[in-house]
Amino acid sequence: MASSIKIRAKLRGDLVEVKALISHPMETGLRKDKKTGELIPAHFIQEVVAKANGKTVMTALWSGGVSKNPYIAFKFKGANKGDEVELSWKDNKGETGSTTAKIK
Amino acid sequence: MTDTTRRTLLKGSIALGTLSAAGLLSPRLLLADWPEAAFTAKEMEKALQDLVGTAQPTASDKIKIKAPDIAENGAVVPITVESDLEEIESISILASGNATPLVASFQLGEGAIGFVSTRIKMGKTADVIAVVKTAEGVYSTSKNVKVTIGGCGG
Repeated sequence: MASSIKIRAKLRGDLVEVKALISHPMETGLRKDKKTGELIPAHFIQEVVAKANGKTVMTALWSGGVSKNPYIAFKFKGANKGDEVELSWKDNKGETGSTTAKIK
Repeated sequence: MTDTTRRTLLKGSIALGTLSAAGLLSPRLLLADWPEAAFTAKEMEKALQDLVGTAQPTASDKIKIKAPDIAENGAVVPITVESDLEEIESISILASGNATPLVASFQLGEGAIGFVSTRIKMGKTADVIAVVKTAEGVYSTSKNVKVTIGGCGG
């Protein structure tokens, strides 16, 4: 699952802009299978944690209301070019994914 | 606080009972700080009360929501929230027309500034509400988004 995240971190002035795309079905648990009429079980990311230089810069808590293959962007101060940003996620089934990117 | 979290967790474990029984979930993997009650609340007031401790945030013009006026596809509605309020602790996004209105809550850590962007599902035309919690209080603003095709399936 190492490739479940595409991430880009860019330094602009003193702000690091992070943009990421995660591959995930994000099933709410409210959707029905069109053929069988049965509910598709919930399967969504609940938590995304972003760290830079060992510090947590952002924790996103999500419901199934975030779109499939989620996009997330945020900005923070206090890091430089070449520093690493680590992004990791956990879903309601206990599956996880993570990746790191160097700030450009 | 610890106690309510524990209650929430226990409830969650029961709801996910089948998964646990199948051995797919060990208690260790359940997230300690995922606010289950707020995320499963069907009314916005209850979700906000559970999440930020008040159902009535103060309206603020220091929060800006960037979202389309008309979303053709409710399954993917791009939302950006920016705020220049000081000492922001969290930015949360709610969609008033969804079965469970609370969509996402971003807890800002060290160095993070008041900016988050994501894409959400909207079941129908409704208000998108951005709620910003700071050290001073809880503030919000909203924007109506018309949805042509609902994105909550079913």
